[in-house]
Amino acid sequence: MASDPSLLAGPSPDGPASGGLSGEKTAGGSGFGRYLRGRLTGSVASLVLVYLSSFFIFRVLGGDPLQAIAKDRRMTPEERAALREQLGLDQPLLAQFGKYTADVFSGNFGTSYQYRRPVMELVLERLSATVLLTGTALVLSVAVGLWVGARAGWRHGSRLDRAHVGVSLTLWSAPTFWLGMIVIMIFARQFGLFPVGGMVSHNVGPGLLAETLDVAHHLVLPAITMTAVIYAQYVLVMRSSILDEIGHDYLTTARAKGLRDDLVRRRHAIPNALLPTVTLVFLQLGGVISGAIVTETIFSWPGLGRMVFESIGFRDFPVLQTTFVLFSAAVIVANMCADIAYWFLDPRVRKA
Amino acid sequence: MSAQSSGQTALTSARAIAWARRRAALAGFWREYRTQRTGLVGLAFLLMVIALALATPWVTDAGGLDPTKVHGGRLDAPSLAYPLGTDELGRSVLLLTLWGARVSLLVGVTATLLAIVIGSLVGILAGHFGGWTSWVLMRLADWFIVVPTLVLAMVLLLVLGSNLFTIIVVIGVASWAGTARLIRAQTLAVEGRPYLERARALGAGHWHQMSRHVLPNVMPLVLASTTLQVASAILLESTLSFLGLGDPNQISWGTMLHRAYEAGAVSYGAWWYLLPPGLGILVVVLCFTLCGRAMESVVNPRLRGGGR
Repeated sequence: MASDPSLLAGPSPDGPASGGLSGEKTAGGSGFGRYLRGRLTGSVASLVLVYLSSFFIFRVLGGDPLQAIAKDRRMTPEERAALREQLGLDQPLLAQFGKYTADVFSGNFGTSYQYRRPVMELVLERLSATVLLTGTALVLSVAVGLWVGARAGWRHGSRLDRAHVGVSLTLWSAPTFWLGMIVIMIFARQFGLFPVGGMVSHNVGPGLLAETLDVAHHLVLPAITMTAVIYAQYVLVMRSSILDEIGHDYLTTARAKGLRDDLVRRRHAIPNALLPTVTLVFLQLGGVISGAIVTETIFSWPGLGRMVFESIGFRDFPVLQTTFVLFSAAVIVANMCADIAYWFLDPRVRKA
Repeated sequence: MSAQSSGQTALTSARAIAWARRRAALAGFWREYRTQRTGLVGLAFLLMVIALALATPWVTDAGGLDPTKVHGGRLDAPSLAYPLGTDELGRSVLLLTLWGARVSLLVGVTATLLAIVIGSLVGILAGHFGGWTSWVLMRLADWFIVVPTLVLAMVLLLVLGSNLFTIIVVIGVASWAGTARLIRAQTLAVEGRPYLERARALGAGHWHQMSRHVLPNVMPLVLASTTLQVASAILLESTLSFLGLGDPNQISWGTMLHRAYEAGAVSYGAWWYLLPPGLGILVVVLCFTLCGRAMESVVNPRLRGGGR
């Protein structure tokens, strides 16, 4: 994985320069260049679509944003006209689109209606909290999911397998927000083991260690709730890819040379079964984002998801538009990373 | 199988033969499905919940849903009069849960049907015509796949306004893309078979090819993925309702949980208000998932790795 960035930087600049007919390149290099170019084109097309659709949804489909702003306030026609001019809503749609484009490229995503601050500032402020929670939950669920899935698949049909699949499917079927509420009620309210919500306490002592422990204490319940709901998909994929490997001859060979069953699984079956699962980790990011929005809402976690929830009630369209673009872009980039990782992980892709 | 059917005297027309073949296929499907124990359990529970939801208007009195006509206390614990306690307006939680099942199931099933119709149409068109039609349709599908479903549905509901109809449409529109991809791949596989070449040689038009040959062949796969998708649609509906984007005039399990959260049921410890709708969602989603997995392994024998 460490070689990824250098290889990434290599073929892409000279790709357009050599203009399709790259004569001096060897077969392997131009293969990756072409593969990368194909993936990049697809991703850029998706990004452009996201950027067009966000304008379409919020300005064309959504009608007049002024109605949302002025919903709870009494405004005179003059005030309305002034606000309209201030937001550039008196311009024709095409001119608005031009301004929107200029804003997107200069990183200006407007001012939040409810916080009265630039959206970009708010996003950057809350990004780390979301990354902390989502990252923890993702690492936990991938680790648990792969471990459980490999074991369940290896002994498929056994009582252990049925129990693991049953438990993970049941947790997957539970709505995240409901599970969160139940968890809070039992572990925070009833037993008082963990904080009810938020990320930091007010009365925490100074020092890095105390602060870190405090955040970790707050992190336990939301991270476990999110993990419980999303780990099932990793279990199922890992299990079925182990099932795909189980009949293969190379496993018989490994056993024939006298390896213990445990080693056959760990050294031979799992590395091969990992391939589809690794890409799934990237591909499922959209589902993880959905989980983050509701988990942060329930646990009052000061991240992007909580901000989205607060913006829904307030009809805070600039915040919603920005997060819509941001989340979609994150998934597109993750998908592209999955495709690129696949090139290095699976030699079969290179031949296709 | 068709040779055997056409041997019977009762079957004369081509249509009758086709129907006999379909009946036989269905019987075969059921024989396979019956061997999947978890699928049977899921189906049994599901039929029970659906029967309960259908019977609710006859068995219970809808008047109990009107906050002005009820006499229960605010967030009362379960008692003889109110077996599952009361909500913040004094209504019976049991009654709300029974009525909520109707909206949750209705939204889940209709939204999925919409998604399947759009997905099948796009998938078959893309697979059948190929070329730039396929390219445009699949780029569109790609976009719907990469945009996080919840975020897209949320944003669309916000700008369109929320009622039962828009919720169904938005969930359907937000979740058709996976089906379209699946159907397109399947269509491409079917298109390569000789009987389609025969149909083309006999002068079959695009419509005839698609409706008579491609569609019946991709249908089993569609059914399995439909069942799994109902589960996601019900979860999505409950999440949207919980985030405050549900139809305020309807009672669904999601809106119940939204109200419970807003009324402070968590800090009050009103477990009787939280458990019934949440468990309702869990059971129904789990049943649909179990049925869908069982159907999938019948349709796609490669998945049948032993004791699924």
